[in-house]
Amino acid sequence: MNYQDEYRDRELVQGLAGRIRRLVSGCGRTMTFMEVCGTHTMAIYRFGLRSMLPPEIRLISGPGCPVCVTPNDYLDRAIAICRLPKVITVTFGDMMRVPGSSSSLMEERAKGADIRIVYSPLDAVAIAIRNRDKKVVFLGVGFETTAPTVAGSILAAEAQGLTNYLVLASHKTIPIPMQLLASDPEIGIDGYICPAHVSAIIGAEAYRPLAEEYHTPCVITGFEPADMLQGILMLAEQALKGESRVEIQYSRVVRPEGNLKAQAMLAQLFTPSDVAWRGVGVIPGSGLSLREEYRRFDAEKMLPLEVEPTKEHSGCSCGEILKGKMAPQECALFGRLCTPENPVGACMVSSEGSCAAAYRYGQ
Amino acid sequence: MCVGVPMQVISVDGDDIVAEVDGVRRSASIMMLADEVRVGDYLIIHAGFAISKLDEEEAVETLRMMREVFSEEDMQ
Ligand code: SF4
Repeated sequence: MNYQDEYRDRELVQGLAGRIRRLVSGCGRTMTFMEVCGTHTMAIYRFGLRSMLPPEIRLISGPGCPVCVTPNDYLDRAIAICRLPKVITVTFGDMMRVPGSSSSLMEERAKGADIRIVYSPLDAVAIAIRNRDKKVVFLGVGFETTAPTVAGSILAAEAQGLTNYLVLASHKTIPIPMQLLASDPEIGIDGYICPAHVSAIIGAEAYRPLAEEYHTPCVITGFEPADMLQGILMLAEQALKGESRVEIQYSRVVRPEGNLKAQAMLAQLFTPSDVAWRGVGVIPGSGLSLREEYRRFDAEKMLPLEVEPTKEHSGCSCGEILKGKMAPQECALFGRLCTPENPVGACMVSSEGSCAAAYRYGQ
Repeated sequence: MCVGVPMQVISVDGDDIVAEVDGVRRSASIMMLADEVRVGDYLIIHAGFAISKLDEEEAVETLRMMREVFSEEDMQ
């Protein structure tokens, strides 16, 4: 049994929602809980969780969609790469339509660039094996769940003795921006619905500073509706008691210590670095750069890049949305000038983006 | 990118496995897992790598605890 149906059981879901209503009724305050995982964002819309919750509980989305937080400048570098001769650019599909300063990977492919979409970074290594006369560049974007898979691909390329596999790495780690947002009184976060699969890698310990220094309750929560409601219930209980601890709701997948083997792979290949987040700006120590010993796999260091000056898209409020300061519907372009077919900003492109989820499920 | 549903292992060959959910099969690497993987196990697979093994005892325990916290009046 993979348990998906059990955690979607109607009676269970309704019972948990009722329990939350009973717990908070008459508490005389509003609690704001933020999720920072694109899959949670989608689940909240898809299962209509907001409509099941009492007015005392407000859910907001944070910077949890990897494609959305990737700034234009990264896309511009990726576009510069795919314009080089004898280069195959390999990417996850959701990067294709994200607009850079003046183009997108999709437009570049239409103009003839060799850009391939894969499901796993290992597929990019396989492409490199078959095309030894070309450089194969994988666009390494994503959080702590994806970063070790890219590390794995580099180790596989090394084991194969490949000299034509490169990564344009811009991985991000989530705990530091969570701390930054937790200390912003304008957002007023009362608790974090911590990401599910990122936490499978980094473990519960990673959120301890948030709970202890920033006094923010943290619950690592699964993706099914009963998981999310139980996570919200656990957060509300902590908030009402004035406690702030890290709890694991999603204990069937997340261990307190995380995945130590994946953590070791990350430490072997990457080192923390300063990185820019769309809307938030540069956050010190929140990125992962390839270590000097692995520079021969670093597209940034190994390829001559001519990158156009970065331009932002006027009128797009992705930045405010990623900080939880605005809801998608509050953007003047939402659903009118900006739709999934004609996205203006990254948040409308990726299915994990808040704008795309809000558009698709119409709430 | 992130398929949230655990997939069931149908074959294991060294670090390479094939897993299935709803009739969809995918090959994946288990180089990132410290746990022993057997046919029939459920794994969380992300971008071609198994990142965690589903703990069935915990899955059942979580369901039990969920049912414990609400009562008849919550169903109104
Ligand atoms: S609706 Fe479009 S333009 Fe507005 S914030 Fe979202 S992505 Fe940007």
